[in-house]
Order: sequence, then structure tokens, then C-alpha cells
Amino acid sequence: MSEMVIRVSHGTTEKMEEKTYKVPVGPGMVVLDAIHYIQSHFAPDLAVRWNCKAAKCGSCSAEVNGKPKLMCKSRMDAYDQNEELVVHPIKTFPRIKDLVTDVSWNYRVNKTITPFTPPKGNFGKMYQADMDRVQEFRKCIECFLCQSVCHVLRNHEKHEEFAGPRFFVRIASLEMHPLDEASRIKFLKEEGGLGYCNITKCCSEVCPEDIHITDNAIIPLKERVVDEYYDPVQKIFRIFSGK
Amino acid sequence: MESYETHEHDVLVIGAGGAGLRAAIEAASQGVSVGVVCKSLLGKAHTVMAEGGVAAAMANVDKSDNWQTHFKDTMAGGKMLNNWRMAQIHAQQAPDRIHELEQWGALFDRTPTGDILQRAFGGHTCKRLCHVGDRTGLELIRTLQDRVVQIGMPVYMECTATHLFKDGGRIAGVLAYWRETGKFVLYKAKAIILATGGTGKAFVITSNSWEYTGDGFGMAYQAGAQLMDMEFVQFHPTGMVWPPGVRGILVTEAVRGEGGQLKNSKGERFMERYDPKRMELSTRDQVARAIYTEVKEGRGSPHGGVFLSVTHLNAEAVKKKLPSMYHQLKDFADVDITKEPMEVGPTTHYIMGGIRVEAETTASTVPGLYAAGETAAGMHGANRLGGNSLSDLLVFGRLSGHHAAQFAKQNSGAVKINEDEVRRAAQEVLAPFDRTSGPTPYELHEKLQEFMQAKVGIMRIESDIKEALVEIQDLKKKLTTVRVSGSRMFNPGWHLAYDLKNLLTSAEAIARAALMRQESRGAHTRLDHPKTDPEWGKVNHVISKDGDAMKVAQSPLPQMPDELKKLFEETK
Repeated sequence: MSEMVIRVSHGTTEKMEEKTYKVPVGPGMVVLDAIHYIQSHFAPDLAVRWNCKAAKCGSCSAEVNGKPKLMCKSRMDAYDQNEELVVHPIKTFPRIKDLVTDVSWNYRVNKTITPFTPPKGNFGKMYQADMDRVQEFRKCIECFLCQSVCHVLRNHEKHEEFAGPRFFVRIASLEMHPLDEASRIKFLKEEGGLGYCNITKCCSEVCPEDIHITDNAIIPLKERVVDEYYDPVQKIFRIFSGK
Repeated sequence: MESYETHEHDVLVIGAGGAGLRAAIEAASQGVSVGVVCKSLLGKAHTVMAEGGVAAAMANVDKSDNWQTHFKDTMAGGKMLNNWRMAQIHAQQAPDRIHELEQWGALFDRTPTGDILQRAFGGHTCKRLCHVGDRTGLELIRTLQDRVVQIGMPVYMECTATHLFKDGGRIAGVLAYWRETGKFVLYKAKAIILATGGTGKAFVITSNSWEYTGDGFGMAYQAGAQLMDMEFVQFHPTGMVWPPGVRGILVTEAVRGEGGQLKNSKGERFMERYDPKRMELSTRDQVARAIYTEVKEGRGSPHGGVFLSVTHLNAEAVKKKLPSMYHQLKDFADVDITKEPMEVGPTTHYIMGGIRVEAETTASTVPGLYAAGETAAGMHGANRLGGNSLSDLLVFGRLSGHHAAQFAKQNSGAVKINEDEVRRAAQEVLAPFDRTSGPTPYELHEKLQEFMQAKVGIMRIESDIKEALVEIQDLKKKLTTVRVSGSRMFNPGWHLAYDLKNLLTSAEAIARAALMRQESRGAHTRLDHPKTDPEWGKVNHVISKDGDAMKVAQSPLPQMPDELKKLFEETK
């Protein structure tokens, strides 16, 4: 069995340090396995979030060699065995301890979104063709890697004015839901800060569920905002109708 | 002791998987104050990993389906050891629970005529599983989570419950600690619902996450509630076996539901020898035993499993119907399932046993304490059918929420918790920090998982189980000397040190019940008692705390009324 050197960021925001460990690497091993090995052999208090270990829950997000990844999905053999592997917590959110960050901001943003609003009474039928695009958005496992990589949050820290790709996906899943009757367009333009996104597609690249966040969620939502607020015909109509 | 925060609710739900969230929604609808405590972040509970579907006799695909057929399939799958009333309530109410999810925004796959599509699954005689590709659990938990957020109730995330407290005979509250800070928090509640899942982490090969440490079983047992049917641990037949890092991760039964075939190293579809009628869609206990036998007799795959293949199916259809499986095998095992077979073998998946509850109300034997989902016993008997867990969560989650809220309303007086008990409980949780020598929690956990797998696993024999019980006693002693290092801030070693207490209670209950049941039935296979014995089919094993010892007693099975018995005669 070969060995690999892995450097893990420890500590809190106030006091952090990197520690280096040698970890045996077996076939098919993933970075999360290495972290567990370090926990059980060297650093029993090393803090890390994980649950399913099968890329279904989105808990074990971290930055592996600077890239936002799910650790359970990052195979050790994808990295150069002779180079050090560096594991840090995701950058966009404040660190609690070691690899665990405070992602509560996401849960707060989520609460501000108008919930699913169906018509009253029984529904009729629903057809697969009307659901396909929404089902893509509903694949999201809330790993928040898209939030972590988005430069509006990562570099410009616009947390107070920008909901981030995860919540544009959530809003798209509601806006395009065959049964939903609410509108979240005003929210997108104002509190959600959709205009800040300049479609660099970083979010789509890191999505472990391969959701086409930019193409299928963000751009159609931007079009809806434009239709609502900047369509000249609509504007004239609004002037005359007083709406 | 140090100061701690206190919260008070009419109903407190512990666990935020499908059962816990459904319970919370229902309790809140009764107008009582509800709080949810969960070990992980909201939306990460085990329900998220459920893949294949949720069983409900909606008759969208097989028009002949009805609750009676679902009920019969469930009882037959459970080898008639199920609580008949739970199985009946479940079969009758599951379709309404699915429709309700749609009203809350869930989007299930559709038939060409616009109804919810249903797929075949092991032991279900009709196509009955409503699904969303192979990520049904995610759809379920997200829908329930959105609903909880919409209603608006406190969700205390990353908070681990440790001790239940009583006021006189009735439930009064629970002590917990914040994983982030390690500080204590006391919840006072008039009713508590345990929806803490199972105890898969007692075994080494498991599809379960770190959270599955039998917390509900341990806490309820200590509080005087009874456990039941703990010998019945489900080993799902198809877990990944290679590479080692992913050993035990689930390959959904939907693979077989969509037409996947099991083959041994000789290329034989070996299920012909074990269950020629149902083949791959036999029940989980039978398929798991068949795979075990094939491997043991030298017809296994290179890494000690068997082959599961969908290569004869249309590649695009496979990617559409089983997208997560396609990616899981490709990313983790370098296997393209549209071109090559997967290697699979049994993995610890679920426990049919749990807290003994009343069928109609989910009430445990402690007044004010309720249990739902995997934490409760009775619904699934000796073996659970695939898809019956997600429906169980919805049906009994709702009932527990309803009845816990009713209990809280009827017993509205303030509850009192003894300060001394709280102090002693907190001391117990903190004790490992005081020790400078002794084993680490990781060492003890590894030991437990190894011997439970080897000695109380898929094939059991008296001498092995007795050895396991000796080892459990030994580990219980060692647990009083376990040491942890570091601070109380987000310290997984410390968390595991306390989780081990519940794991050991669960493991002991499993072993004791397994030792007593001298027959093979459903998921419980005794090599020294290979036959199913009708006499043993008349009793459940009830486990309770008797001083410091664990007591196992036999309790006669509730008798099914004649009109339901007739259903079984008609098919004979």
C-alpha cells in the first residue's frame, strides 16, 4: 500500500494551523477516508461534517487543493501521489472548527423565499414533460459548493444582498413548478440580487449533481426579471394601467 | 454544574428524517408548540439516502392493487410477525400521504397519462413504488423540510440528545449538547417523539451514516420504555463490495426493480435455485442469504460478492431510471453499469426492531414518549419490504405527531425536571475528558463493529452470539475508562464516546434477542436452528431494563381479526 502526505487545516478562525499526516492509500480511497483515518489514528478531535459517504447528502464539502469538492467523491488516485494533498474548509463561510464551517446563513436565506403556493383544491394530472426541468433543480443536495465558489459571495462577500446559486436553483424549481402560482421575480431583482451574477458558470462547474445552474436556472430567471421590469411594451402598459 | 440554556415545547421531536419532520408538521397543525432537535444539519438525515421509492397501493400502474394486497405482501414479507394493525394502518393510509406530499410540492415521476409512476420491488406483488428516479428519499426530505420551514418552528440543528427525564411516571424533557460548542441545553416537553433511526453503526459493513448509533433505543431503554424484535436486523442484499472505501454503500433495489439480474461467477442466475418464482424480486432476507451462500460455496465475484447486471437493458433508459447508481458506480468503482456488471454483497441496512409502540398512537410504554419510523418496532415484523420504510415514515410520523400533540394538550400542566438528574447526566457525558489514560472511542467502536458483524451478522449460531455477549460486557466496562482529547468544541471523538453507550445497548438487545429466538425467520437466520418454527411465530421478544441487567421476555403476538385472516385464506 502506498502512502500519501496530506495537509489538513486545523483550528478556528482566530487560531488556525496546518498539520501534516502520512496516510496509507488503498484502492478506490477517497479524501474523506483519509480524514477518517487521521481522526482514528492521530487527531481524534478533528472536526468534519459527513453523513452518507455516497455523494447524496452534501455534508462533506471542503476545498481540496484549493477546489471546492465533496470529500466523499474525491478519489485519492486522482491526485499526484508524490505531491502533498491540502484540505481546507470551504472558504465562503466562517469557520467553526477545522473543516466545519458555519453555513447557517444559507438556512436564513432559504426562509425568505416565498414557499410553494399551489392552487386550492385537488390537482388534476401532471405530465412528465412539464416536470423534467424542475426535477433537475430538485436534485440539489445542498452541499453549498456553488455558494462557496461564487465570486459574488467568495470575493465580494455580498451575503446581505445576494441569495447565491443554490437559492436561484431553488427559486427556479418553484417558479417552473407546474402547480406553483406565486411570483418571486421581485425578490430575485431586489433582495435576491440576481443582477450581481455575471454568468461565469463557476457554480455549474463545481455542482456534484451536474445541475446546469447557470444555463437552466439563472439565465431563464434573469429573462423573467427582464420581462417583468424592463420590457418597453409592458412599461407603457403599466403607465396607462397604473399598475 | 455550569449554566445551560433551557427551551420549552409542548411537543419535542428528536430526529429530522422523514418520520421526525412528518411528525413535527402534524403536531404543529394541532396548534401546539413544536421543536425539532437533530444531530446533523436539516436535510441531511438518513432519509436523504433512500433511493428506490415509497410503497403505496395507488393502483396507477397495476390496476388490481389495493390496500388489502399491500397489507398481505407486508405481512408475508415480515413472516407474519408484524403487528397486524400497524401493517393495516400503513397500507390503508400510505396513498393519502403521497398525495399530501404532492400538495406540498413533491414531483414524482409520471405515467404517460399523468399519474404517479410506480415500479416493481422485491416482495410487492404489484408495481407499487412511487419514485423519483433513484433519489426518492431526497425528494421526500426536501419536501418535508420546505414544509417545516414554511410552517416556521425552531429546528435545533447539530444538537445531540443524551438523556430523557421523567416527572413522576411521565416524560418531562431531554438533555442535549450542541455539537458546535459542546455546551448543554435542556429541553422541557410535555411529549417527546423519538425519530432517531436505527443502529447500523454497530456493524462494520453498513449503508448507514455516523448518526446511526441507536440513540433512541438507548435513551428510551434507560427511561424505562420497552424494545421489541431487536433480533431482526436487515442486511440489504446489494451493497457495494469494491473498492474497500465504499464497501457497504447501497446499490438500490430499484436496479432489480428495473430488471437487473443477479449472477454468480459461473454466469448462472442463481436466484433460480432459491426463489424461482420471484427470482431477483424475492424479499431482501432471501436474496441476502442467497448471495451469502453463493459466495460461501465458492461461486462469488473476485471481491467476495456476486454480479448484478443491467447491461441487457437499454443504456439510455438505465441512465434515466438509475442516474445516481450510474454515477456512483462510475465515480467510486470505475464501473460503467451500462456496459459491465456491478459487484454486490449484503450490507447492514435497517432494523425491524425498535421501541415497542401502540399501533394506533405510536405511544411507547412511558407516558408522553412516542416513537416513529425505524425507531419504532412492529410494522415490519421479521423482514421489511423495500419501499415500506418511506411510507412507514409518513404514515406513523403523522400519527405520532397527532397523538403526541393530543397528549400534550390533555396533560397541559408544567413538567418538572430534577436538577440532580440533569447534573448527573451532564457529568456522565463529560467524564471521558477527565481521563488521561484508557482506550480511545475509535478503538472500542472498531472492535464492536467487527464482532457484531462476525458473530451476530447475517448467519448466526449460539456459540458465536454468546461470545459476542461476553465481548459486549467487556466493552461496557472499557467504556467507563474511555478517554477523549481536545476541547468540547465540535469534537467527533467525544461525540462517539457517548454514542457508544447507545450502540452497546442496541448491540446487546440484538444479541440477547437473537440468542433467545431458536429458529430462522425473515432476517434472523440461525445455523443451529435453520427451520421456521410456527411456535416461535406466536411471540415477540420484549426487552426492558431490570436494575442494571437487560431482561428479554416473550410476549404473545396480537391476534389478527378474522376478516383479515380471511385475506390470507383466499390466496391459498
